[in-house]
Amino acid sequence: MGVEVAIAAAKAGFVLFLALQVMGLGVFFERKVSAVIQDRIGANRAAIFGFAGLGLVNTLVADPIKFLLKEDVRPAGADRLLYTLAPVLSVLPALAAFAVMPFGDVLELEGRTVNLQAAALNVGVLYILAMASLGVYGVVLAGWASNNRWSLLGGIRGSAQMISYEIAMGLALVGIVLTYDTLDLQEMARRQGELLWGWLPAWGVLYQPLGLVIFLVAGIAESKRIPFDLPESESELVSGYFTEYSGAKHLMFMMADFVEVVLVAALAATFFFGGWQVPWLGREGFAFPWGQQLPLPSLAVALLQVTAFMLKVIVLTFFQIVVRWTLPRFRYDQLMRLGWKGLLPVALLNVVVTATVVLLAGGRA
Amino acid sequence: MIAPLFVLLALLTVAASLVVVLHRNPVYSALGLVTTLFLLAVLFVGLDAHLVAALQIIVYAGAIVVLFLFVIMLLNLQVEPRTLAPAPLVVTGAVLGGALGVATLGVLGRDPLPLAAVVGPGYGGTEPLAERLFTAYIVPFELTSVLLLVAIIGAVVLGKKRLS
Amino acid sequence: MLTLAPPAWYLALSAVLFAIGAMGVLIRRNLIVMFMAIELMLNAVNLAFVALARGMGSMDGQVIVFFVMAVAAAEAAVGLAIMLQLYRSRATINADEVTTLRW
Repeated sequence: MGVEVAIAAAKAGFVLFLALQVMGLGVFFERKVSAVIQDRIGANRAAIFGFAGLGLVNTLVADPIKFLLKEDVRPAGADRLLYTLAPVLSVLPALAAFAVMPFGDVLELEGRTVNLQAAALNVGVLYILAMASLGVYGVVLAGWASNNRWSLLGGIRGSAQMISYEIAMGLALVGIVLTYDTLDLQEMARRQGELLWGWLPAWGVLYQPLGLVIFLVAGIAESKRIPFDLPESESELVSGYFTEYSGAKHLMFMMADFVEVVLVAALAATFFFGGWQVPWLGREGFAFPWGQQLPLPSLAVALLQVTAFMLKVIVLTFFQIVVRWTLPRFRYDQLMRLGWKGLLPVALLNVVVTATVVLLAGGRA
Repeated sequence: MIAPLFVLLALLTVAASLVVVLHRNPVYSALGLVTTLFLLAVLFVGLDAHLVAALQIIVYAGAIVVLFLFVIMLLNLQVEPRTLAPAPLVVTGAVLGGALGVATLGVLGRDPLPLAAVVGPGYGGTEPLAERLFTAYIVPFELTSVLLLVAIIGAVVLGKKRLS
Repeated sequence: MLTLAPPAWYLALSAVLFAIGAMGVLIRRNLIVMFMAIELMLNAVNLAFVALARGMGSMDGQVIVFFVMAVAAAEAAVGLAIMLQLYRSRATINADEVTTLRW
């Protein structure tokens, strides 16, 4: 009993650690990749005893310290409880969604098979959508509680944008659920290890390319990143719904932003790129299609899978950062038009075509 | 046979629902409603109804209450000076509500109470629900989709600036 | 699989929540809070359905809950749109001030 609790706690701790570390890395990437794209060097001034670590010290040490030491201002007339609650409500659902993220297949520990997923829900996809729905509250309450009409405007715009793109995201996931016939994320990752025509791993991107595009667009819109960042547009609404926040609360909003980036990357990796799957790697070791076998111990297989998952997450985070620093911002009516008149019909069409193909192919693709 | 987790959740749910009904600030009432709905979803999980719990959060806590909050913010509702109805109505309401609660609890105590039946491992998931939904309940399902369409049209028309 | 508590206890909680919701509709005057109390009553009924479904081991109760949620969503959308229109024409959503149709 105690061992199982310890294992569950270790898994939860690991996945939280993974989320927060990749988020920190994402912040660093953001500064440096944006610098490369804009043909400059980026932040590299802060140093500890002369060690500047290419800007790592600046981004990962100096910036958080700066945020935490700033004065915690509460505007007059702002509702005390709601003002403090809003950043918490922004971060918690984004972090909680990592509970169902599979980061490996199984680990054999002294006769005990440990499923490498913090919470093995059989309705994992719905849990992800539920956490995405709860993320709206942070935005709504931040805008309302700031007692500032431009924050309110940013809050209303932000929440309307989030609930519009949730629909397209959900429909893109319906296509994937139809293809792999399960709502459990770990099962979905396992099914992507099957080989098409004997040699091609059946990753989601092969079955649902349109679904991938819709999911990425909707995911970037959900996390309110450029090109969809009008709710917080730095050049128009100061900071939109979190204008009045400073110090640690502002840091929590920034954290929520990057945790959602990592979440979208992890979900895209799990649904469309095989999750922790390394091509041709099974539980016993490599089984190449040209006949060669390479048996590996269970721990090595698990490590390879976790590494593969983290690499995919990092690549997709990098993609989102590059998109952010390349594209101009959508105007609000263009944004809503894209969500309702563009993505929603395309996502519905995707679902209908996928369902027809699955039915004609005899139930399982 | 005391189930401490259930008692804790039940007390929190009742407290949250009292916040909904009694608080002066409508935004706090909405947040109390979100808390109640979330706790009810947890209680649903305790009843092995995983799909319904997820749907509760996605639909109720994630969409309907957000809609309430939107309307409260758009109308810029402030804390109201006089929260409750005139005194006679409050007393009548409290008495009638209390009587309803007592009567329902009394009815519960009359017959043998249901114990949990033994259910298979797939209970509460997608497949059993879909099996019932698309065979025995297909007609209400189709009618519900028509109802939702009508509601969308109605909400769009009623939300317009000027009813001509 | 064991549940947290016998389904009878869930029914008792459902009765209490329903009574609180009914009281809320009767004693509050703000239309939006009255509407929230109605949603509370609907959720109490959902809890009763799910508890009894688990008690009998059938899924029909959960199908009914599915429909109740859909209907509640439709009702919330239309009801809130009506309240928006009411506010635009009367500048109030206090039930004591919209009494034109009362005798």
